[in-house]
Amino acid sequence: MSPLDTLIIAPLAFALASLGMGRRGAWLIVIAAPVMIALAVWLCAQVWAAPVGHSVGGWAPPLGIAIRADGLSAAFMLATAVAAGLIGLFALDEFAPPKDGETARSHTFWPLLYLLWAAVNAIFASADLFNLYVALELLTIAAVALAGFGALKAALRYFMVALLGSLSYLLGAVLIYAAYGTLDMGLLAQRAEADLPTLLAAGFITAGLIAKTALFPLHGWLPPAHGSAPAPASALLSALVVKASFFILLRFWFDAMPGISGPELAHLLGALGAAAVIYGSVQAIRQTELKPLVAYSTVAQLGYLFLVFPLAGAADEAAPWAAGAWSGGVLHALSHLFAKAAMFLAAGLMLRAAATKTIGGLEGLARAMPVTVFAFAVSAVSLMALPPSGGFMAKYLLLTSALAAGAWIYAAVMIAGGLLAAVYLFRPLARAFAGKETPVIVPTPRWLAAIPLALALLASALGLASAGPYAFIQAGAPLAAEEGLK
Amino acid sequence: MTPSLLYALTGAGLIALGLYGFVTRSHLIRRVLAFNVIGSGVFLVFGALGHEGGITDPVPQALIITGIVVALSLTAFAAAMIARYAEDGGGGLDPDAEDAG
Repeated sequence: MSPLDTLIIAPLAFALASLGMGRRGAWLIVIAAPVMIALAVWLCAQVWAAPVGHSVGGWAPPLGIAIRADGLSAAFMLATAVAAGLIGLFALDEFAPPKDGETARSHTFWPLLYLLWAAVNAIFASADLFNLYVALELLTIAAVALAGFGALKAALRYFMVALLGSLSYLLGAVLIYAAYGTLDMGLLAQRAEADLPTLLAAGFITAGLIAKTALFPLHGWLPPAHGSAPAPASALLSALVVKASFFILLRFWFDAMPGISGPELAHLLGALGAAAVIYGSVQAIRQTELKPLVAYSTVAQLGYLFLVFPLAGAADEAAPWAAGAWSGGVLHALSHLFAKAAMFLAAGLMLRAAATKTIGGLEGLARAMPVTVFAFAVSAVSLMALPPSGGFMAKYLLLTSALAAGAWIYAAVMIAGGLLAAVYLFRPLARAFAGKETPVIVPTPRWLAAIPLALALLASALGLASAGPYAFIQAGAPLAAEEGLK
Repeated sequence: MTPSLLYALTGAGLIALGLYGFVTRSHLIRRVLAFNVIGSGVFLVFGALGHEGGITDPVPQALIITGIVVALSLTAFAAAMIARYAEDGGGGLDPDAEDAG
């Protein structure tokens, strides 16, 4: 059994075990987190030598289903293992059963965490459009249920958008099967042609996935769903769930259909991404509560990811800057994954300590809980794309490729987005440092405060040691990631 | 008109009907029903496209069965969530009407 299969099977086994173990199920994370991280490291070591993959059950595509991991998959699986593991440990504080009995939440959070983990790993490993659909739906169920921990109304709204998005994706996959007789991405890359049925199918798939990724203007469900859930659930939703549907988009356009996207489609995605950066940032500036601010920041940060498509694919001739755009987009997704997980966890601790929801209520917290506020600040540095951080390296790569491509508008949007991020993130930080008195709070246990700090430092480390991850994600990357979409 | 074309067109009709229902009505249960109508349409299209010249392709059938299971689980989950929402006194099952009022 290879680490690739185990990374999908193990979280499913943990989900069942955590259900069966009842009250003690919460403590399973203490075993699950190191096991999953070790498996992901093992997979990375294998992939570093050569991309791995095989057909499940020995049936070759098109009849069978292939799973595989290249540098991109393995990097996302490792980032997921670290982030989900740390978020899970953090959640012990909130969702471990209290001494005087147990709550429904302390039972349901854990299986949902592992289901979500299995679903994102299945998405990272799948090379088959229908298998991706099933994994996407598993992810939807886990994510909606976690969002429901906050507000059922917001979760239902998210669910409805997700349902329609899934059907759109499924219809696209059906049309692709009808046209090419396969759903395997490797075979599709050889067979796909830019004719009307293919473009229609690709359109359905893309529309479904951007609804699930909350790209502007389909972002409306995200802020209430991410903003009202408990801190560990928000962190999982913002760091992992939206990345998974973006990952499928990246796979679909660069691996399965590198030859069919015209400049128009690439620019459409880019324009929506640019609008998301500006709109999400402006909305974040207008928020008076901390968690909705962080949620709108996710809307803005997801916008950058879609700039990959025009920068890597809108040129008529060879595009030497495409490699920078693709790698920059992937690094941005990874550093946002760590930074946003850190920020939601730190925000959760800050709001609980100050017993408030508003930014105004944070006054003086920097003196009462310096470690947590520092973690918030470090993750903010990555989101603002200041050095040294993963966000900076990613934005630097995207920006240089935009300038090389002569795409001035996208470059201007990126710079404006960075400035706007500084504006909206400065407000809560300024409040935390304001005033002269130190508020009296219930002290946060040290191990708990260390978790957001560790995640934020990982986001920074991606910038300080970016050469390693940069080289790693190129392992087995598709040709289109280097030369651009046609 | 061949039978498979007729099935495919019926499927397309169901998708259009379901989508219309999903977009124009915000009542939660109606939306879940609309989701199922669209889903049935997609499966019908899939089945019809996998049947050409009297030979049936088994892959779409296998995938449709999987798809039906997925759609069923989603429907059950949605129904449970909506029931919970109603029990919690979340108000009407029509969020838009509630916002307007």
